[in-house]
Amino acid sequence: MCGIFGVMDRRRQMMDGSGIRQALSMMNERGSGEGAGYVAYGIYPEYQDCYALHVFFDRACENKAAVDATLEQWGVIEHDEAIPTCDQPNLRVNCTPWRYFFKPDASLAPGSASPEKDIITDLVMQINASVNGAEVVSSGKNVGVFKASGWPEDVADYYRIEDYEGYIWLAHNRYATASPELWGKPDPFNLHDWSVVENGKITTYGANRRYIESFGYNCSTGTDSEVITYLIDLLVRKHGLDIDLAIRALAPPYWEEIDRMPEAKQRLNQALRFAYGSATMNGPFTIVAANPEMMVGFTDRGKLRPMVVGECGDRLYIASEEAAIRAMEPNVESITRPGAGTPVIGRVAP
Amino acid sequence: MAKQITIDAKGVHYTPLNQQIRKAIDDGADEIVINNVLGQRFIGNGLRGNAVIRVNGVAGGDLAMFMSGPTVIVHGNAEHAPGNTMDSGKVVIHGSAGDAVAHSMRGGKVFVRGDIGYRGGIHMKQYEDQRPILVVGGSAQTFLGEYMAGGLLLVLALDGVMNAREIGSGIHGGEIVIRGNVDESRLAAGAKKMPLTDEDRARIAPVIREFAADFELDAEPLVNADYTRIVPASARPFAGKYTWE
Amino acid sequence: MNSNIGSMPLRYRITIDREQCMECGRCVENCSYGVFRWDGDRILINSRNCTACHRCLTYCPRDAIMLEEHPCDYRSHPVWTRQVRESIYNQARTGKIILAGMGSVADLPIIFDHLMLDACQVTTPPTDPLREPVELRTYLGKKPSKLDIVRKPDGDIELSTKLTPNLMLETPIMLGHMSYGAISLNAQLAMARAAKETGTYMGTGEGGLHTDLYPYQDRMIVQIASGRFGVNVDYLERGAAIELKLGQGAKPGIGGHLPGEKVSAHVSRTRMIPEGSDAISPAPHHDVYGIEDLPQLVNSVKEATGWKKPVFAKIAAVNNNAENVAAIARSGVDAVAIDGFRGGTGAAPRVFRDHVGIPIEVAIATADKELRKQGLRNEVSLIACGSIRESADVAKAIALGADAVYIGTAALVAMGCRVCGNCYQGVCSWGIATQRPNLVARLDPDVASKQVANLIHAWTLEITELMGAAGINSIESLRGNRDRLRGYMLDEGLLEILDVKSVGA
Repeated sequence: MCGIFGVMDRRRQMMDGSGIRQALSMMNERGSGEGAGYVAYGIYPEYQDCYALHVFFDRACENKAAVDATLEQWGVIEHDEAIPTCDQPNLRVNCTPWRYFFKPDASLAPGSASPEKDIITDLVMQINASVNGAEVVSSGKNVGVFKASGWPEDVADYYRIEDYEGYIWLAHNRYATASPELWGKPDPFNLHDWSVVENGKITTYGANRRYIESFGYNCSTGTDSEVITYLIDLLVRKHGLDIDLAIRALAPPYWEEIDRMPEAKQRLNQALRFAYGSATMNGPFTIVAANPEMMVGFTDRGKLRPMVVGECGDRLYIASEEAAIRAMEPNVESITRPGAGTPVIGRVAP
Repeated sequence: MAKQITIDAKGVHYTPLNQQIRKAIDDGADEIVINNVLGQRFIGNGLRGNAVIRVNGVAGGDLAMFMSGPTVIVHGNAEHAPGNTMDSGKVVIHGSAGDAVAHSMRGGKVFVRGDIGYRGGIHMKQYEDQRPILVVGGSAQTFLGEYMAGGLLLVLALDGVMNAREIGSGIHGGEIVIRGNVDESRLAAGAKKMPLTDEDRARIAPVIREFAADFELDAEPLVNADYTRIVPASARPFAGKYTWE
Repeated sequence: MNSNIGSMPLRYRITIDREQCMECGRCVENCSYGVFRWDGDRILINSRNCTACHRCLTYCPRDAIMLEEHPCDYRSHPVWTRQVRESIYNQARTGKIILAGMGSVADLPIIFDHLMLDACQVTTPPTDPLREPVELRTYLGKKPSKLDIVRKPDGDIELSTKLTPNLMLETPIMLGHMSYGAISLNAQLAMARAAKETGTYMGTGEGGLHTDLYPYQDRMIVQIASGRFGVNVDYLERGAAIELKLGQGAKPGIGGHLPGEKVSAHVSRTRMIPEGSDAISPAPHHDVYGIEDLPQLVNSVKEATGWKKPVFAKIAAVNNNAENVAAIARSGVDAVAIDGFRGGTGAAPRVFRDHVGIPIEVAIATADKELRKQGLRNEVSLIACGSIRESADVAKAIALGADAVYIGTAALVAMGCRVCGNCYQGVCSWGIATQRPNLVARLDPDVASKQVANLIHAWTLEITELMGAAGINSIESLRGNRDRLRGYMLDEGLLEILDVKSVGA
């Protein structure tokens, strides 16, 4: 019921936001004009050592002081400012997008293997869980989420995304079913490294949410992509699974397929289903996720949602519809439609 | 010639220790000596056959639980519930043992030279030719023979008077025999004293002699001593509590 | 002892339509309670012996027999119910504890009936289980919380986490523990064959394992109860899994008691106790007086069986259920069966059966929540039992957090049981709760096993349909997925405990 799009350049060559705007608007039939969003990696080179926190304030004058104070307890705000925007006639603005460039104090998470990310995770959970008129919508280094209620073109023009240059872009064209007015609702969802866009709706939200919350994550938006982002962060960063195994845990093969595998492979797949049964996602979904090093796409194991993959030179495209890819890259060299259980994994050259 | 295998248990967890014991038996050992035992549980647990296992040190809980055949000799004390749910075989403890000794034992023998803790012989039971025997050289604590459903529980009180109270609480089978007189007030409801008949004495004499031989005691004065025999007042101690809807 | 109370009004009245009756005498033959007898060529009726077991009705070829419950009642009164008054008469006469058969008769709301399941409409599509796989396969036992995986230089992946033994079920429905002694060998045989046919397991109960069940031992969960009846190393090695019975929902906190008259020669052999002797199961296991003793018992059983079998523990659902389950989850136990207060029994003190314990729905929900909170959910599987009546109950129990269920009474009903609640009399006319050879012979294990297998199969199909409708294609995705439940007319406090939203929310 939504349209999603992702593009990555394997050699980190920059793309401005105009192409992605065009691609996403090609899928307006999939949306309802009540939400769109973009995320780009590589947009803040001048602050690349800082975590860029994009925050929606209900009322900046009332809500900002509390966020400032919280951040200052956990590290140093190198710089903060309102995100430049340009009013659009069809967009009803109901919050103030702001950005902080923040350096967490690693000594405040002693014993952690990734102290800065632990602090960022805690901060995001804390700010988003409390009723303080502030919502953190992205929190990674050199990355930022731009989203709002409206058609993709209006959202893109509001944030002037053609002014940003990134080497990975994800985008989401929302078909709203609830809270169309909330700017935080559309994808992408982001937590530090990871960003997620989803087309579909998982039927396992309750089971997945209870699982992920038992590890200290706090799901405050009620969206699938939030749970999925946290699951990927847990499996990859905390449990040390490679991304292909993490995807396999989230969308595992059927038992009958596992029964037919050679023994060692069978054991591995059984172990994945044993350990991550509560993380398994059911229902229709196509997910495109990215972190600074990669972009991946995968579908539910029953293949209920579409996923089209395009390649052209150093560029990898994943989209709900081929037309979106061709809108951005008319000369695309190959178009494929991978089956369920075959994740698409593209990595940026080191 | 008997084959002996020695195992050093120092710092060894009970699972690998039991694996070594099982391997020794599979390798045809008749006698297994385990040195430096310090609290490892489950020694001889579920073992079959007729090997002799000598434990030097303090045997941990559930010594010889579910055991069916072998003989375990402990030179030292044993913790909680040696002989638990044992089927057959023999456990000889040269020291003392903790609570619930011979819990639910169905067959075989447990001999303890020293004292035992609370609830010794609890729910011992017998079946056909399986008749468990627990013999205590020293003293036993309260709730001795609780719920007892079969077998013989013999306390020799060699080291002074036994202070157990509530003896035979809920006993509905088997017999408890205690050297010397036991005051009626120490018996629990459902247990009653009976004089030890010559027949009874003839039945327990071989047990006393075997115990004495194991611990190098002079058997005959014990065989001929005065004993109190405690048996169930009824085979259905709880039958009178209930009515049907 | 004399009393001035006299007899109670008839509970049931049996009448024969003499015009229909052809005096075939099948009622006389079939009634094991002595309601019918010949007087010359006429059949006389003693309704006072009737238990409403329906055997006579079932076998009357002319439908000539009619049964009426409470033909003459007391003055109706909302407080001084018939049951209350008759209990007083009984105890005034006897001065004893009242024992009763089968599960609770307390007229309390059933939470399962106030939970509604979800289905997909347009925002997500239902799955059609006829065309696409819906997986009910269930593994019971410990699961790793995370995996250690080594990626070798050649790119191969190697799993270094060692998986502990799990039971593999084709359907999340197991046959619960009902001992030989409480029920007949034919009843146990029927369930064992059904378990084998449907790819599930059955519990032996605490009465040991009869030699006739050895061919099905890989489908048996052998139970160790506090009485340790029939327990030796051979018994433990035969079972596919071993269950420690720590409590029972019908009578939390107390032990059990098989009266000597039910200990026949055969029962005596499997229990390994003398024929005719009382089999008394104490309230606690006498080697478990503190929670730290539980791992000792668990590990002892595992040592004795070479760590090859999962070990389950069964408890009654009581107030601090979540704490009990979390404590067990740390003991090495692989699965916890929680028995709700409506659980069945051959006999239990009425005051316990109807007044002690908490509902299974609440117990499962709180156990699942607490285990997740403490990071212990993968340490144990949860088995819900005690009044699982239909496939919807199974689906709801799983959505509340269970991995699987045990059914007991439902399986007996599938074999013909009419829930008359007179199991304790030992003359079950259906050949289920009896050891009398002539009655036991009434239950053909081949026929009865087919009926039990049919029930499991039918429920399995229904669960598959329910899951498909909810867009869920594997059972682990239903487990603990309380968002797919809604409470209908449940109070706010209970909804919060269950972690389920109200209908409409």
